[in-house]
Amino acid sequence: MSEAMDAPLAVASDAETTAAPARRIGSVILDVKNISLAFGGVKALTDISFDVREHEIRAIIGPNGAGKSSMLNCINGVYQPQQGSIALRGQTFRHMNSRQVAASGVARTFQNLALFKGMSVLDNIMTGRNLKMRSNILQQAWHWGAAAREEAAQRRVVEGIIDFLEIQAYRKTPVGTMPYGLQKRVDLGRALAMEPALLLLDEPMAGMNVEEKQDMCRFILDINDEFGTTIVLIEHDMGVVMDISDRVVVLDYGRKIGDGTPHVVRADPNVIAAYLGTPH
Amino acid sequence: MGFFLETLLGGLMAGMLYSLIALGFVLIFKASGVFNFAQGAMVLFAALAMARFAEWIPQWTGLTHPVAATVLAFIAAGFVMCVLAWVIERLVLRHLVNQDGATLLMATIGISYFLEGLGQATFGSSVYKLDIGMPKEPILVFDKVFEGGILINMEDLYAALIAAVLVTGLSLFFQKTGTGRALRAVADDHQAAQSVGIGLGRIWVIVWCVAGIAALVAGMIWGSKLGVQFSLATLALRALPVVILGGLTSVPGAIVGGLVIGVGEKLSEVYLGPLVGGGIEIWFAYVLALLFLLVRPQGLFGEKIIDRV
Repeated sequence: MSEAMDAPLAVASDAETTAAPARRIGSVILDVKNISLAFGGVKALTDISFDVREHEIRAIIGPNGAGKSSMLNCINGVYQPQQGSIALRGQTFRHMNSRQVAASGVARTFQNLALFKGMSVLDNIMTGRNLKMRSNILQQAWHWGAAAREEAAQRRVVEGIIDFLEIQAYRKTPVGTMPYGLQKRVDLGRALAMEPALLLLDEPMAGMNVEEKQDMCRFILDINDEFGTTIVLIEHDMGVVMDISDRVVVLDYGRKIGDGTPHVVRADPNVIAAYLGTPH
Repeated sequence: MGFFLETLLGGLMAGMLYSLIALGFVLIFKASGVFNFAQGAMVLFAALAMARFAEWIPQWTGLTHPVAATVLAFIAAGFVMCVLAWVIERLVLRHLVNQDGATLLMATIGISYFLEGLGQATFGSSVYKLDIGMPKEPILVFDKVFEGGILINMEDLYAALIAAVLVTGLSLFFQKTGTGRALRAVADDHQAAQSVGIGLGRIWVIVWCVAGIAALVAGMIWGSKLGVQFSLATLALRALPVVILGGLTSVPGAIVGGLVIGVGEKLSEVYLGPLVGGGIEIWFAYVLALLFLLVRPQGLFGEKIIDRV
């Protein structure tokens, strides 16, 4: 494992030493305040607050069942928290559904691949351009000039993403038949196609082998670097997260038990206890 | 030989008409995972609207040209079906997002009874004649090749052609346009579709509109054959085996299923009927569908459902 993570580690520390000081990180883009979420009697999240700054890679980590995915689903509008508020670029929202959240520039990937299985890689990623499409249904039905030109323009953007993710060879393949690691890339590609300001990644490396994990780390860092996209990612693999993220939130049993740079969090006794247990 | 071919052709053309109704089921199931029990009622409603508008429009406007009146009646009835789709989304579907399949099915049963009542209350409940100008007299072909030739019912032939055009158009729309892609996306995964900003409400209205238009075309053709009457609503039940056979999620499946059932019905009636005393046509389709279920539960072209456990 440690050997496997060397490469991304090298990239990250490289970036820190060279570009780090003047670094891109800007003002707060996402501000989560006092979020509590319960399903019936089960408390999934209790009083969680943290913020995400522009251009940073922010990780949410924690053992299984810590509430990581619930947190992401709150930001994404899938769940409506009972208490607290979420502000996106200073705009507080309470009851936004996922579609509205998407329209305000937030894209996400899914832990258990939620690709459109019957469709090709190209079509899957093209769905990510949905909000950029302006032609109406009648124009599309007759393939009128505007609609055809638009389709071609969107297609060019998508081809760029396919190149970026190095899946050119699979363009026309139905995603259902592709290897798992590549499906994860398509999932990422679909989110990227939205040109999001904020990208939410739900366990982007779950179930991957070492090589696939390295590739994924590289893509995440490149997205952050080249497009300046702010990234919130969930992982329960500590090693990966510590290497690529700028700041880390640690959850355990739905509560926040740590927040800070990987360096600080790694040394936090609470975090160590949550992951390894404490002697009694 | 000539007689066999005649039966076969008759079966194919009848099958195309079943496909038309099956198409409505498939469209809605694909996009929303709802088995739309109300499809039959929609066929009746659309046919009633069409028949009445065809009668009213010349009265209102003094239009005498029969083709123009038919076209106007079709447009008016199509408009009514789209308004209906919008109302159904607003009042019913929107409130049942993320509910169980059975709940949605029950809702469509409710819609079905409501539509039957509304249709007859608005448009009257007697039997209406609907003349859309299709030729009634059969023609004889191949009378040089076979003895006796083959008798083709022109009305069925036109109907089959109209169905074929509609189906081709829909397939292209689904495969080639952005909206078609969004429809397929919603069919595959609601949550992921929403996460890329596809609005479920808009997609559902579109799908129900398209299914409404398909119902209109089916109702128009069947109505001109049988007269517009209440029994059109139960026609949908005859299309049920088609859907089972072809697979609920496949447009080509609806076509092939329709053809198989149509041909099967006619051939069995002619060749098997005498052996068991006739009356096969009524139940044959169901038995065929049942046998098929044993071998391929997902239908001919349906997606095989594999759940991760």
